[in-house]
Amino acid sequence: MLPITPESRPGVRADAGGRADWIRRVIRVAVVGIGNVGIASGPASFTLYANALNSHRPAPQEDAVQFGIFTVSDITQDPTTGRTPTEAERIQATIAIAKHAEEVGLDVFALGEHHNPPFWSSSPTTTLAYIAGQTSTLQLSTATTLITTNDPVKIAEDYAMLQHVSGGRADLMIGRGNTGPVYPWFGKDIRQGLPIAVESYELLHRLWREDVVDWEGKFRTPLQGFTSTPRPLDGVPPFVWHGSIRTPEIAEQAAYYGDGFFANHIFWPASHTQRMIALYRQRFEHHGHGTAAQAIVGLGGQVFMRRNSQDAVRDFRPYFDNAPVYGHGPSLEEFSQQTPLTVGSPQEVIDRTLGFRDYVGDYQRQLFLVDHAGLPLKTVLEQLDLLGEVVGVLRTEFAKNRPAEVPDAPTHAALVAAKYGDEAPRQATPNANRGDNLTVGASPYQDAAAPTGSAFGPAATRAGGAR
Amino acid sequence: MTAKQIVVVSAGLSTPSSTRQLADRLAADAVAALAERGVEAEVRTFELRELAHDITNHLLLGFAPPKLEEALDAVASADGLIAVTPIFTTSYAGLFKSFIDVIDPQALTDLPVLLGATGGTPRHSLAIDYAMRPLFTYLHAVPVTTGVFAATSDWGGADGDGVRSLPERIFRGAKEFAELVERTDRSQHVADPFRLDRPMGHLIGGLAGE
Repeated sequence: MLPITPESRPGVRADAGGRADWIRRVIRVAVVGIGNVGIASGPASFTLYANALNSHRPAPQEDAVQFGIFTVSDITQDPTTGRTPTEAERIQATIAIAKHAEEVGLDVFALGEHHNPPFWSSSPTTTLAYIAGQTSTLQLSTATTLITTNDPVKIAEDYAMLQHVSGGRADLMIGRGNTGPVYPWFGKDIRQGLPIAVESYELLHRLWREDVVDWEGKFRTPLQGFTSTPRPLDGVPPFVWHGSIRTPEIAEQAAYYGDGFFANHIFWPASHTQRMIALYRQRFEHHGHGTAAQAIVGLGGQVFMRRNSQDAVRDFRPYFDNAPVYGHGPSLEEFSQQTPLTVGSPQEVIDRTLGFRDYVGDYQRQLFLVDHAGLPLKTVLEQLDLLGEVVGVLRTEFAKNRPAEVPDAPTHAALVAAKYGDEAPRQATPNANRGDNLTVGASPYQDAAAPTGSAFGPAATRAGGAR
Repeated sequence: MTAKQIVVVSAGLSTPSSTRQLADRLAADAVAALAERGVEAEVRTFELRELAHDITNHLLLGFAPPKLEEALDAVASADGLIAVTPIFTTSYAGLFKSFIDVIDPQALTDLPVLLGATGGTPRHSLAIDYAMRPLFTYLHAVPVTTGVFAATSDWGGADGDGVRSLPERIFRGAKEFAELVERTDRSQHVADPFRLDRPMGHLIGGLAGE
């Protein structure tokens, strides 16, 4: 049992004293990522990089594991009161939840994407950009961004924008969604879901890494001399996670690019998650991005807490019994046994969460679902207060016995350090607009194009793709 | 030689159940027919009544609780399936269909199946051929020619409807089933749902129109 002590409470984050240690960890990631290429890691490079960092960045995250919350953006009747919030209320509540997540010391807020009621989050970057403006350290992500029905060109533009306005606090999780009609609504064929996901991501990947892209595929109109603007912040694309419940090809896709893999984890038995993560780790190594232990893994989780277990079970049961996904199915007790759902005291959540490592290995990101099924804002904010305490303990415990080769959670600063070492990162500066990239020459930009090499292995920047 | 794996699924709802009784008879004759050919067989029987809540939860959630998962794995990796359902309102029981609905659509491919059904009167006996058989052929399973229908009256009169007695029909179905089971080695190569069939080079290459 791991008691919650006052010392373990959040609030003590990257300060001056912690910085040197953090830089060392960033460099460790860099060395791990580039493998045999090597990196000059003398004191001079630390200083230079730290200065660059201090000049225009918020305090960096210093976490081996990032903890946060993810929301599906459902607008659900509160079964205890019979009241359904309005869209406006729920949208404002979600912004309040995100801000409070930062206040209690969480690292990540991730938002789903849906295109039908009773969900409100059709335009995640709009919401995330607003939250970015209201917060200072919170990492903003998605869960998930639909690679199948969104135009990859627009994803490239939107998330590069989010990266810029948030000061490098944006990443995204790519998925295929779970609502069939979204495909026809956006003019796509659901039977082609996987091939679309593969082709669209390949294009997205290139758009962030090549200034001028000529491209032709099966599922979108061809591109000739196209430049996706703005270029990614500091020449480093947003980190990408790939989410899938049980499609081995998606684990393979994440491994192929050296990207992260996120297992939903919450509506499924742990054995599924274990198999998918094992496959991803094995293929990550196969594709030459590092050892299996160095693959970048994220997990979902679902918790409801009160100070003591009985109160938690009593208070959550009506929400569980009527929840959109599992309501009217298994009992709370059965579902808690068969999936990672934990309803109980903070201590029980700590113990259960620490057990996740036993079947997926040391990992980089843990997101919890805490705000669905009609739970009112007040309750969700209480959950965040408790989650802040829990995460304080989890940080300490997850750090114990964590092998040195396991990379820290990916951040923009770490990716920049990995890519540029002690050189200044790229600052894209366009030439005068002549309206036609094809005749401008090699690049529409004055500055040198981004160097090759990447944060998580050479395959992540394959110029020209692998077609 | 490893024993052939025979899975029996019975969708009878009452206890004791004549559906289960028919299932047991079919299994016993199948094992005997295989033994005559010198083939050893192991039989596992699943009563869907005991899995009814799990089946519903699977329909709602998309994953199988442990007990149901055991049954689904057993069916998927069997050398032969004996499937028996009561006939309700002109067709298989809803519980039976719900169980079939949570089976992976590829899991029954090439699986020898012996069909059985029970009902109040012999007038429902064709339900095996117009309802059950198409279900299994759609799933690329291989139902044997003889399906065995047991009406209530079959459990009494020595010669049933005066054409073939129930024991004779059970024997005939079991014999056809045993012939197919003997030839298959399905249980030796179980499909892994998490296996990567299409590595990335294949996925991207395919998209390039190669």
